[in-house]
Amino acid sequence: MQDLLYFSQQLINGLTIGSTYALIAIGYTMVYGIIGMINFAHGEIYMIGAYTALIAITGLATLGIAWLPLVLIVALICAMIVSSSMGWAVERVAYRPVRGRHRLIPLISAIGMSIFLQNYVHLAQGSRNVGFPALIDGSFRFGSSEGFQLSLSYMQITIFITTLVCMTALSLFISRSRIGRACRAVSQDLGMANLLGIDTNRIISATFVIGAALAAVAGLLLGMYYGSVDPLFGFIAGLKAFTAAVLGGIGSIPGAMLGGLILGVAESMTSGYLSGEYKDVVAFGLLILILLFKPTGLLGKPEVEKI
Amino acid sequence: MTARNFKHALFCAVITMVVAYPILGLNLVARGTRVGLEGADTSTLVAIFVAAMVVFSFQLYRDTIMAALGKIPKLPPLAGREPMPQAKRVKMESWVLTGIIVLALFWPFFVSRGSVDLATLVLIYIMLALGLNVVVGLAGLLDLGYVAFYAVGAYTFALLSQYMGISFWMALPLGALFAALFGLVLGFPVLRLRGDYLAIVTLGFGEIIRILLNNWTAVTGGPNGIGGIPEPTLFGMEFGRRVKEEGNTSFHETFGIAYSGEHKVIFLYLIALVLAVITALVIRRLMRMPVGRAWEALREDEIAARSLGLSRTAVKLSAFTIGAFFAGFAGTVFASKQGFISPESFVFLESAIILAIVVLGGMGSQLGVVLAAIAVTILPELAREFSDYRMLVFGAAMVLMMVWRPQGLMPMRRTHIELKRQE
Repeated sequence: MQDLLYFSQQLINGLTIGSTYALIAIGYTMVYGIIGMINFAHGEIYMIGAYTALIAITGLATLGIAWLPLVLIVALICAMIVSSSMGWAVERVAYRPVRGRHRLIPLISAIGMSIFLQNYVHLAQGSRNVGFPALIDGSFRFGSSEGFQLSLSYMQITIFITTLVCMTALSLFISRSRIGRACRAVSQDLGMANLLGIDTNRIISATFVIGAALAAVAGLLLGMYYGSVDPLFGFIAGLKAFTAAVLGGIGSIPGAMLGGLILGVAESMTSGYLSGEYKDVVAFGLLILILLFKPTGLLGKPEVEKI
Repeated sequence: MTARNFKHALFCAVITMVVAYPILGLNLVARGTRVGLEGADTSTLVAIFVAAMVVFSFQLYRDTIMAALGKIPKLPPLAGREPMPQAKRVKMESWVLTGIIVLALFWPFFVSRGSVDLATLVLIYIMLALGLNVVVGLAGLLDLGYVAFYAVGAYTFALLSQYMGISFWMALPLGALFAALFGLVLGFPVLRLRGDYLAIVTLGFGEIIRILLNNWTAVTGGPNGIGGIPEPTLFGMEFGRRVKEEGNTSFHETFGIAYSGEHKVIFLYLIALVLAVITALVIRRLMRMPVGRAWEALREDEIAARSLGLSRTAVKLSAFTIGAFFAGFAGTVFASKQGFISPESFVFLESAIILAIVVLGGMGSQLGVVLAAIAVTILPELAREFSDYRMLVFGAAMVLMMVWRPQGLMPMRRTHIELKRQE
């Protein structure tokens, strides 16, 4: 019984982290699906989302507004606006001019952007980590009071629900709306979509904006969950989310969700049963193994190399 | 100037404000356990506003500006001039290089200890950048975990000297060979991957190595690192005031000169210089050998190269291993220079700096990479008050280089013949 409770606790923790990884992974997978580049700066967009949310929360607290739903919604909207603008600007400045060149050129440009954004926030806000107020406190507890207690915090529930809402909204948007349909068309064949009168530049910008907005949601959620942010906050999370995207099959949106959850659970099982220090090793090891043995991921389509 | 331009310009200006204001204009400050918010000073706000205005007017008059830029006459092309005869150019180049090396040999005796120390660091970066240049510039394999091999070299020396009492001269080949072995073992499975996947996997490996070094406390000392790494000796002569190891003599006693701490620094600098020159010469030779040609062929067109009978794995693996070898070299020198190493020195940022050097210098071009290594290491030292901005500028420079001049500041020049037009 104790073992089962412990296992479930790890499972819950893993699913919590995993669902936020999935939110970030969407940005990687959509961009990759459309223009075939790794948006290395996506982790930084997520970090900026977390910072903006914290700034908004602190600003509201200074103004004396403390009604929780309002604070959360305002923080979420601010974070989404700033992150999306950042995503749009980054694409415009660093990626559009190098689109269509040799594969490594956009990637190096993206790495440069990532370093730039990290240091931009570092210079503006300092390198120390800043505490994120725990707005949602408390938890449900299960199990006997003397043994191991399974706890499911309200924060975790919030994360699940928010992720679920975002994912559903995204799926509906992609499958029903005009822009969503254009997105699918562009990811199938950019040149053809262009010939058929789709403004592909606009669609590419739109994918960056959508990905950045979801990353901002993840930034707010994870910022509250971990209780602090710092300028390097995005780097590892970005790599993990990229791993999740590859795990699920890069280019596939359901794949990103699945990959995120699997990665989150694998990580939390490692820290629960082995050691917390090695959870990053497991994540990267998993990434390497997948790329070596099944580069298309779980739900991805095989890529045919044409001569 | 149409209405559409105006709308677009306004939009861009608003985006600039949105992107800049919350992060730059509102600063989070810790007040005890709570976090407070402070507005930035007026100059920052003015700067944000000016930036938005600049973006606005640029977008508004974009067409005019672009047309004006297009009208600026290009520099007269050099192609029309008679190229210098090959033999003469080679001769001149070798004279210039010899001059530079002789200058570098005698220079440290006339300057301060600090600048010699900095120059040693520059030479280490030159070695690293030349090694990475083989992998990225010549073979076209983006390796984001290059610092892992540097770490392997440094830790090989540190651990061998700690547990087996090995000296610098023994460790130098061992460190390099061990790093090369690592490159070989690691490269074998991953080199099948496509360009950008390879980049991420090497990044992952780099991080794994760092995390292992950080957590395997029993052997590597974890975050505390390893200290007491011996300095190099000259034929058994030590450079310290007192001889540490039995059987050795000290440098100043043998030659009957007064002890000076500078001897050690200069000696290390000279070792680094010799190693850097060896690195450059070896790679220069390799570039002209069949294996070097194969690297470039595979980079330019993999399918064509394979159909001409080149083994993809063998060629890529050789580049990867040779790159790792020189990183191991540099790592050993670094460990000896610092006398202390910890995982802190081998973070991803270090890989990014080396990559930035290669990209700025011009992928594949040796001279360009050397100059970029000097610039990237020395400029932040000269402008210390701006050293915070170093990485910011690096990032921006990497983006701008990719947009405007992906071939680098001094692009690689290949031996080629230009056909003259019949007059």
